[in-house]
Amino acid sequence: MSTNEEAEGRPLASYRTLDIAVAIFFLVVCAIVVVDSLRIGISWKANEGPQPGLFPFYMAMAMGIASLVNLYKALPHSDEGAETAVNSVGLGRMAAIFVPAVIFVLATHFIGIYVSATIYIGAFMVFFGKFPLWKAATVSLGIAIVNFLMFEVWFLVPLPKGPLEAALGY
Amino acid sequence: MDELNALMGGFAVALSFYHIMLMVIGITLGVIIGVLPGLGGANGVAILLPLTFTMAPTSAIILLTSIYWGALFGGAITSILFNIPGEPWSVATTFDGHPMAQNGKADEALVGAFTSSFVGAIFAVALITFLAPVVAKFALKFGPAEFFAVQFLTFASFIGMGRGSAFKTVASMCLGFALASVGLDNVTGTLRMTFGQDELLNGFKFLVAVIGLFGIGEILSSMEDGLKFNGAAAKLRMDAVIRTWKQLPRMWATFLRSCIVGCWMGITPGGATPASFMGYGIAKRLSKKGNNFGKGELEGVVAPETAAHAAGTAALLPMLTLGIPGSPTAAVLLGGLLIWGLQPGPLLFVEQPDFVWGLIASMYLGNVVGLVMVLTCVPFFAAILRVPFSIIAPAIVFICAVGAFTVNNAMFDVWLMLAFGVLGYLFNKLRYPLPPLVLAMVLGDQAESSFRQAMLVSQGNVGVFWSNWLCGGIMTLGLVMAFWPALTALKAKLAGNGPVPRAA
Repeated sequence: MSTNEEAEGRPLASYRTLDIAVAIFFLVVCAIVVVDSLRIGISWKANEGPQPGLFPFYMAMAMGIASLVNLYKALPHSDEGAETAVNSVGLGRMAAIFVPAVIFVLATHFIGIYVSATIYIGAFMVFFGKFPLWKAATVSLGIAIVNFLMFEVWFLVPLPKGPLEAALGY
Repeated sequence: MDELNALMGGFAVALSFYHIMLMVIGITLGVIIGVLPGLGGANGVAILLPLTFTMAPTSAIILLTSIYWGALFGGAITSILFNIPGEPWSVATTFDGHPMAQNGKADEALVGAFTSSFVGAIFAVALITFLAPVVAKFALKFGPAEFFAVQFLTFASFIGMGRGSAFKTVASMCLGFALASVGLDNVTGTLRMTFGQDELLNGFKFLVAVIGLFGIGEILSSMEDGLKFNGAAAKLRMDAVIRTWKQLPRMWATFLRSCIVGCWMGITPGGATPASFMGYGIAKRLSKKGNNFGKGELEGVVAPETAAHAAGTAALLPMLTLGIPGSPTAAVLLGGLLIWGLQPGPLLFVEQPDFVWGLIASMYLGNVVGLVMVLTCVPFFAAILRVPFSIIAPAIVFICAVGAFTVNNAMFDVWLMLAFGVLGYLFNKLRYPLPPLVLAMVLGDQAESSFRQAMLVSQGNVGVFWSNWLCGGIMTLGLVMAFWPALTALKAKLAGNGPVPRAA
């Protein structure tokens, strides 16, 4: 997409590396499925038809073979494969949204989704968007309150809530 | 003429103030979803699905399909004005749409895109109106073997008509099947691949996967690219509408070709994205102005938009009649039907005629409402992109988390969504197609149980799939599709005594 920005940032991984990694991921999944399918049986059982492992077993087999081909295709050095897929700047930006997202989900367990979302959105605006604190606080509180009204009050869909909501009587 | 009577009945259902209001809300939401990166038709509908659980099924599906129409319309706005395709199916629209905007003809490009979207959709809805009852009646006679054959053809089409590596398609699809088989086996009651984890008893919820793969995955890609919106303001005056409409009748052949390509790609699960590229490619080859394509030719906007919208709409035909969705968004809608207690498939036409015909009538109305709305509200929708991305990105992650949680009221699903997000980003980057994965997750259980039932009937004889001409024909077509890439490669090898193809 943005070839003009490729210049900035240290290259971290090539398409080749990623392709190999994903192919190996597929092979691992394939191995897990095959092992479990063999446990529950992949043969024909009289009056019952194919055993429950048969279908996943063959699907995993097809996946494994396809992934081996993908791996084989990715292995040789090629100009296409050597191109940078991820550079440090791109990864940094992705981490800027993803790492806080993980913390946000973790925090949801303890303080509920609304409070943690307010902090998440507000903090992202301050640190990544360079917004002044008051703007970030207004926007993030606004988003959380609108969602609270929409889910808890209008549509009656309960979301995870924490001590703050409990104190408010929800 | 039964269809017309039934359709009139449908209009009676759809034409209420409440339903028109739902259409307006749905299309507004849909266009916003289509304009924003990270929210697309499939995951937008997936996130909003839980909000419809308390609604009547007909109202719920009208709201959700309207979101879908809105998303289809919305993708064009960002493509033309900002050269950022809001949706994958509007990538081809950027080829001529953005050059037109740079030449100061943004208004004509927008009107052309909206109008051709509308034409494509109406063509496909008309096709659904007359073809769906026939297909449904026909499919009533289907047994498990026939259903498996159709499902096989569905998945084989992904391989045969995919644009990327066939092996990546197979890997992605089989991953979907593997994920679908996790949990309680619905034939024997055996636990599969749960490894003692209680959370996995019910298997992976495909809605969670859709939200993660498409939503979080796209946010990650957008963040990586450091997305900055800077486009011209869109002003749409009524004279631009007239001016553009005057040019359109001359392109009737392009319209017709794109409609047919789109409907074909929508019914077989090629989906809107390949349809838009095919529509563009065919128009470029056959149009008199083909050489000007890419420099800002109105016909180059018309061709992909018509095809994409026709495909997006036609994807609902197999979903309604056979229970087999033609696109990821249709798959999510199918999930909705199941949750509302409706079994999609041929019986739906017999048991729930009000629902089916109300839905079909709402497709006509929804697209009319949509066309009027996008023509009048373009500046408003374009203004959404002036909201800084540093607000939009975390807000979308929050909304995705809410969507994933409400599927099953489980925090586990939110974690899964994050994992699927990483997977979606990687798949996007490496060109593993996502629709086969999603469709396999949705249809995996069904395909497996029809396969097992057919096997049980025939006592393990695979010949059952060729026991009659219908089933055998579909299976054979499926096999041809599945091995199509191999066949073309072989043909190229046999014919290619010249230079060796670079794929070697």
